[in-house]
Amino acid sequence: MAGILVYALHDDEGDFNKNSLGAISEAARLAGELGSEAAALVVGEVADDAAAALGAYGAKRVFRAKSVPEGLAQPIVDAMAKVIADQGFSYALFGGGLLGFEIGAGLTARMNAGVTMEVTAVKVADGRLVAERPVLQDSAIVDVGYVGEPGIIIGRLNAFDTDEPGAGRAEVVDVEVELSEWSSRARMRTRGEQRGADVNIEDADILVGGGRGLGEKDNFKLAEELAEALGGAVAATRAVVDAGWYPYAAQIGQTGKTVAPKLYLAAGISGAIQHKVGMQSSESILAVNKDPNAPIFEFCDLGVVGDLHKILPKLTEAVKAKKGG
Amino acid sequence: MKICCLVKEVPDAAVQKRLDPQTKRLDRSGEKNLNPFDTHGIEAAMQIREGGRADVDEIVAVTMGPESAVRALHKAVALGADRSLHLSDAALEGSDVCATGYSLAKVLESEQPDLVLLGQQSDDGECYTIGAVVADHLKMPSLTQVIKIEVEDGTLVCERQAEYGYDTVEVDLPAVISVGDAINEPRYPSLKAIMGAKKKPLDTKATGEVGIDSGEVGEAGSKTQVLEINPPPEKESGEVFEDEDTAETVAKIVAWLDERKLI
Repeated sequence: MAGILVYALHDDEGDFNKNSLGAISEAARLAGELGSEAAALVVGEVADDAAAALGAYGAKRVFRAKSVPEGLAQPIVDAMAKVIADQGFSYALFGGGLLGFEIGAGLTARMNAGVTMEVTAVKVADGRLVAERPVLQDSAIVDVGYVGEPGIIIGRLNAFDTDEPGAGRAEVVDVEVELSEWSSRARMRTRGEQRGADVNIEDADILVGGGRGLGEKDNFKLAEELAEALGGAVAATRAVVDAGWYPYAAQIGQTGKTVAPKLYLAAGISGAIQHKVGMQSSESILAVNKDPNAPIFEFCDLGVVGDLHKILPKLTEAVKAKKGG
Repeated sequence: MKICCLVKEVPDAAVQKRLDPQTKRLDRSGEKNLNPFDTHGIEAAMQIREGGRADVDEIVAVTMGPESAVRALHKAVALGADRSLHLSDAALEGSDVCATGYSLAKVLESEQPDLVLLGQQSDDGECYTIGAVVADHLKMPSLTQVIKIEVEDGTLVCERQAEYGYDTVEVDLPAVISVGDAINEPRYPSLKAIMGAKKKPLDTKATGEVGIDSGEVGEAGSKTQVLEINPPPEKESGEVFEDEDTAETVAKIVAWLDERKLI
């Protein structure tokens, strides 16, 4: 039947993740080509209405495992494996995000199945799915096919566009899942803790992003002064947020926000894939980095190889002068 | 407590990497290095040992790879591992994530570790996944992309960033934990440690010695197949220049911003 099962992640308020909705839309499109079914799996106490509403993105059925907790991978591996085996799904599809990587990887071991991660597109060839995956800092794209079933596809962040919701409603099917012994040996103590000030970077037209190249926490003021002069806001990479230099709410990338401002000025940011996926849709990208081999220079519009500690303050002055004059 | 650190030899960051068009695999010739993310795993093991909250009897570096991979093990030992284990067999060549995870789980099974640590990603490709594959084979709880580990009464308390912010998770031992680079600053090995690394015990195992079914590994045992390699879509590359005279550089940037009506 070649059906595709998507895991739909939700937060503590019950809102589904945008990347999960994108994955359902993608599964529905592919299922249409394959002549099969797109379905979703949700865990926890998801209301009937909320589960059925995933039909608006193309899920025909939504399997709901109420007793399985949301937020940690292994119990969800148990649920995915059961539904795939019982219902005969041929593919499991995950939108971008940390949990999808973990669940997809666990499922690989559990079902002795092929997996492809960081997938940016999926196509149908000879009635089977082929995953496109960029490798080596996006310098090549490999097409990956699957031997046997199921095939596991883990998308890159924002790889799959979410369709405008339609009028469809999914049939909600409750499933009983017995957890593996080892799935209960990790327990969530606190989930989704916000650290640092709440800042809004998603609505800014201009963003100055700061990375490890700033050198130290205090140097974020260079980025802040420049952002202020330009009339924008300051964003940050995962590395500096984890280091405690800047608030989590300002983080861009794999486990942070996705932005598309008119200008993204990357200061001391190498441009690793995990950051790139969160800001590559910016209209103009300007990079300042002292390492000429930094990947950011491969996809910026204007790149300056140099010391940002010298350049940023002078640029701030020049912008102020230009605006004042 | 026994800690096994999974390590991997990867092409040096400065080496231009490419895919071999014949085998469709990464061309692994040229300068090699220990995967930088794995050095954070070894450092995490050392900090647990030195932290005094757990008795660490042994730290074992484990790798899978060709003969040259012993150099990654030597580096791991120089950074603090007590001995190392090398799974090496021509039958493993061309293994995909599924086959690699299975093989590593088998070699780890022979060690019966209380904790397996590894870097969350490798410089050469497989990101975020190997830890979780290995864990499920070993029937152990697992967490990836961890940036803080505390030992509390024989249980690990781990922190990491997930979709909605920071999660704090308790994980019972034995467990498999993959760590991010924010977890610690790996120490520099002393000259003495570097010199002594080659003298520390190193075992080499073939697939049959750790119970690996050779039909499940290598290219033949893999569940994915690289069908084609294509160049990425053409993107007009931007202008990149070196800052020689900062006043000039700034003038150039301002003109560029002005042209785009960003000022």
